[in-house]
Amino acid sequence: MTVPVLSVRNLEVEFLTRRSTLRAINGVSFDIAKGEVLGVVGESGAGKSVTGLAVIGLIDPPGRISGGEIYLSGTRIDHLPPEEIRRIRGKRIGMIFQDPLTSLNPLYRIGDQIVETIRTHLNLSETAARKRAIDLLAEVGIPAPDKRIDAYPHEFSGGMRQRVVIALAICAEPELIIADEPTTALDVSVQAQIISLIKRLGRDHGTAVMLVTHDMGVIAETSDRVAVMYSGRIAEIGPVQDVVQNPLHPYAKGLMGAIPTLAGEDKRLVQIPGSMPRLSAIPPGCPFNPRCAFVFDRCRVDRPEPLKHGSHAVACHLFDTAPHEAPKETAA
Amino acid sequence: MLAFTLRRAIQAIGVMIAVGVIAFSMFRFAGDPVNQIVSLDTPAAEREAVRKSLGLDDPVPVQFARYFANAAQFKFGVSYQFRQPVSNLLMERMPATLELAACATVLAMVFGILMGVYSALRRDTILTKFFQAVSLIGISLPTFLIGILLIYLFSVTLGWLPSFGRGEVVRIGWWTTGLLTLSGLKALIMPSITLGLFQMTLIMRLVRAEMLEVLRTDYIRFARARGLTTRAIHFGHALKNTLVPVITVAGLQFGSVIAFAIITETVFQWPGMGLLFVQAVQNVDIPIMAAYLLMVSLIFVTINLVVDILYTVVDPRLRSTIRRPA
Repeated sequence: MTVPVLSVRNLEVEFLTRRSTLRAINGVSFDIAKGEVLGVVGESGAGKSVTGLAVIGLIDPPGRISGGEIYLSGTRIDHLPPEEIRRIRGKRIGMIFQDPLTSLNPLYRIGDQIVETIRTHLNLSETAARKRAIDLLAEVGIPAPDKRIDAYPHEFSGGMRQRVVIALAICAEPELIIADEPTTALDVSVQAQIISLIKRLGRDHGTAVMLVTHDMGVIAETSDRVAVMYSGRIAEIGPVQDVVQNPLHPYAKGLMGAIPTLAGEDKRLVQIPGSMPRLSAIPPGCPFNPRCAFVFDRCRVDRPEPLKHGSHAVACHLFDTAPHEAPKETAA
Repeated sequence: MLAFTLRRAIQAIGVMIAVGVIAFSMFRFAGDPVNQIVSLDTPAAEREAVRKSLGLDDPVPVQFARYFANAAQFKFGVSYQFRQPVSNLLMERMPATLELAACATVLAMVFGILMGVYSALRRDTILTKFFQAVSLIGISLPTFLIGILLIYLFSVTLGWLPSFGRGEVVRIGWWTTGLLTLSGLKALIMPSITLGLFQMTLIMRLVRAEMLEVLRTDYIRFARARGLTTRAIHFGHALKNTLVPVITVAGLQFGSVIAFAIITETVFQWPGMGLLFVQAVQNVDIPIMAAYLLMVSLIFVTINLVVDILYTVVDPRLRSTIRRPA
């Protein structure tokens, strides 16, 4: 098997506050292969965005990566000096943020921003970089790119601005794109266009994509695999078809149950009771245990690790078939 | 853009007319001007002659129209105390004030921006704490006290710099400049610092606050995610966005630097318009006071206009809103 583009091992991210240290990410591991789209879902505060920022090295103090390893195509990148990680940002890892309306500097023409980024990473002349910028704008679907390159951000609609942001993210042909809620701020019809654009770019260039979102529809549409995050941990990870149609983890089940369908039944949507614990009050054992319908004693003391279960990996004691559980079962 | 400029220019003229009314009414409210010109024992007939020669017997609107028409041509009448046309007096004094104000503003801008940027980027260094202490002093100490302290230190104790006046000046056309002689430059140092210190601290605090704000924005985060160098992010992207409000404040402050140069000019006996104004107040020399009022308003209105136009140069978003007024 080839080396995955991105490999995250036991990642831990902490935020130092005046009172205590909050652990926002606690032992997250996943891989993304070349050309693969990994969807990362979860509620607000589950640690999705922080994971993305940790990969690209943009966790600002008081936050810090306190443990684990991050490998980009086999090279460890999590504790490189700032100057070296800066060279990787934008060149080998591109990032797309949530709000295209505020991602671009309002005082510079979009062409200048693209050319600036290209020339930071690639050894090109001003004219060559400009030509490349026009090609990029054409590739992301901006009409008349040779004219629009001299426009200012405010002269574009939200969807068009997100296209510009994507052009900026891919301008140095990165191996990995981290898209942090790229469609949340857009209206539905534009969302579909942006998603198919990201998908197409991933396919055409063999770029690996980490797609952070809380929109299951977007995940089902785009991703090859999906990771469900809860309280800074991965609850379940597996191929998108399997996880969406046959979720194992009670939280993932609840999440999938909360997706409205067009099938027309007038049922209330299922909701998961309670809310995600605050970082300062994560319960011992499984963080989901206070809300879980299938909770049993072990969940309150013992933290489940993600274990392979068919095509999925799931962090839940219900699916732990390890030997130390076996005697109990035979006794019962 | 042209329509915008024109609209603003018309507004400016409106403001100037309003100020003209106030300046004109000063003549009437401060007593009969004739009394200030003639001596106590002048016969009544002679008084009437003076009144007639000055046109003071015409109806008020006529007098106002005449005053305004003259003012528009920079004719502000004759000073009671100097017996010279006010415009000559002002023209003579203006270079001194403008030079002082320009030096103070440049000083305030350069050091204010540098210190502001530094203290925003290096938040916890000793130098930042020092800058903030200086800015506290600059904001809270009154101008005259700073001037007097400087004089005490550098003129009286150390004897390095002159304590008053402009030093030697060079005449270029009608303009006199102290920038070309050593004594002129030396004389300029302390008044510029005194006058500029307040603006400098104001700009420093503004730049620091704005810069911290801008550094938190999404486009700066995105610029970092694009892997731009720290230098390009701080000085290319962040600083330019910081400067939009700084231009407003610095512009308007330039107006108040000129207007409030009065105190600095008095402390350093600087032969500018401010000193002339203070003397005029002491001698109830209304033509000078009225002219000064008009001049200062003109400067403020002009600066406002320039600042409005400058905005559109810095911020492209305003250009299109101006084109299509909502």
